[in-house]
Amino acid sequence: MSFEKFLFYLFAVLLLGAAVMVITRRNPVHSVLFLVLAFFNAAGLWMLAEAEFLAIALVLVYVGAVMVLFLFVVMMLDINVAELRAGFVRSAPVALVVAVIMAAELVVVLGPARFGLDSYAAPDRHPADYNNTAELGLALFTQHIYAFEIAAVILLVGIVAAISLTLRRRPETKYLDPASQVGVKAKDRLKIVKMDPEENA
Amino acid sequence: MDGLISFWEALPELVRIMLKIVAIMLPLMITVAYYTYLERKVIGHMQVRMGPNRVGLFGFRLLGLGQPIADAVKLMFKEIVIPSGANKLLFLIAPMITIAPALAAWAVFPFDAELVLADINAGLLYILALTSLGVYGVIIAGWASNSKYALLGAMRSAAQIVAYEIAMGFALVGVLVAAGSLNLREIVMAQEGSLLHWYWLPLLPLFLIYFISGVAETNRAPFDVAEGESEIVAGFHVEYSGMTFAVFFLAEYANMILISALSALMFLGGWLSPFQGTPLESWFAWVPGILWLLLKTFIFMFLFLWFRATFPRYRYDQIMRLGWKVFIPITIVWIVVVGLMKVNQAPWWFN
Repeated sequence: MSFEKFLFYLFAVLLLGAAVMVITRRNPVHSVLFLVLAFFNAAGLWMLAEAEFLAIALVLVYVGAVMVLFLFVVMMLDINVAELRAGFVRSAPVALVVAVIMAAELVVVLGPARFGLDSYAAPDRHPADYNNTAELGLALFTQHIYAFEIAAVILLVGIVAAISLTLRRRPETKYLDPASQVGVKAKDRLKIVKMDPEENA
Repeated sequence: MDGLISFWEALPELVRIMLKIVAIMLPLMITVAYYTYLERKVIGHMQVRMGPNRVGLFGFRLLGLGQPIADAVKLMFKEIVIPSGANKLLFLIAPMITIAPALAAWAVFPFDAELVLADINAGLLYILALTSLGVYGVIIAGWASNSKYALLGAMRSAAQIVAYEIAMGFALVGVLVAAGSLNLREIVMAQEGSLLHWYWLPLLPLFLIYFISGVAETNRAPFDVAEGESEIVAGFHVEYSGMTFAVFFLAEYANMILISALSALMFLGGWLSPFQGTPLESWFAWVPGILWLLLKTFIFMFLFLWFRATFPRYRYDQIMRLGWKVFIPITIVWIVVVGLMKVNQAPWWFN
């Protein structure tokens, strides 16, 4: 077994193990940390597939930003796990059916019959000076420019929607205007009174 | 000399990489140790005190140069107290998670046109990704300590770092638009020409925002609300003692050095001589590039200390306002400006 294959299986096993831990841990903080581990291993797998931009972007965006916010929220919440698990037996059959259907679909589409090396030849190895980032940028901004811009607009709409949903004016809160704070001069606030010294009796 | 070279070539690849890592880490660790000494000395003199001057080496006082070594030895021999109710595993892992990215980022850092451990295409992205991981150590430490103060510190730190990371990322987007590359070596080479070709001038707002965000990212004064001694004792590392605390301490200083070095690399022309393109250039041709890089890095390292001695701590809501409402809009506007300059080949940086 080549070293690369060993790395692939190492990352794959760690990824699956971490994913299982995410849904089985009792403590939600542990679950989030295992999800972080899963993302890391997915990034490792993408790196092996010579997609270094995607791999680093996965770590940067998901691990570096999204999961930090997740962790932030989960730590603040006092989640009662026992309550969450109470409905497990009742919803298990439905979940099982959904899981089986999804697994079957995955096998049909990605199984060796349609997705094997016979249908798709193994891609050639890129030379050492191949720049994944540049290639990706060229493809995104020429071939797929419309899809890219539509995605950008949808994200922008999402941001605006989230802000407008949570924005509320609260007149009762005391709010300081930093500009007027900075603009304060000593002579507006302080009055210096000149007076004669008093005689000591 | 030839014997040495052939011996080097005969070593297995893995051993060679290990030795290169040691060659980066050892000076870095010594710099970190003496950076703490420098901080106490510089702030001491700014406050008209002497700073540490008692601990010497080999029986000589030497201006207290033995202080960092004495500190390190003291911390190593102290007990590591694990609070009851703490999550033991996470409690011990947290300091390691904090220091690992601070050290791993140096893998792609070019010290010279040739001197780099791993010359990868997406070097800038790699550094951005790794520096964004440092916050996990802080959050995990705060949560695993099972202490209110630690958790408060972790929460403050998480919100602050996420805010400033965006500004920092956008500032770097400006750099990569200007240089047209994510490779750190090419970013420096794109600044070649003279002192006025360096990116501090065309990207001046981004340069300032990058460095200020860097100060915020490393949780240094005036953005050190995560530790805020007067409100939450010491924030996320209040429960840490001995070597576990020392590792947090090391990570903070290693991160400061990293931010300083990156600022020097991306905005002050890295190892390029400041006399390029002037009559003085040939006079200073003998100076190795790495010396210029160290000198520029040192300017920023000094600024970190200067800030700490000068500014009072920011109020928390003002930190958030500065990050979200001031820095991010400015960076977005300036990225557009840089794009326009690049497209129109503005003299004399982009033509």
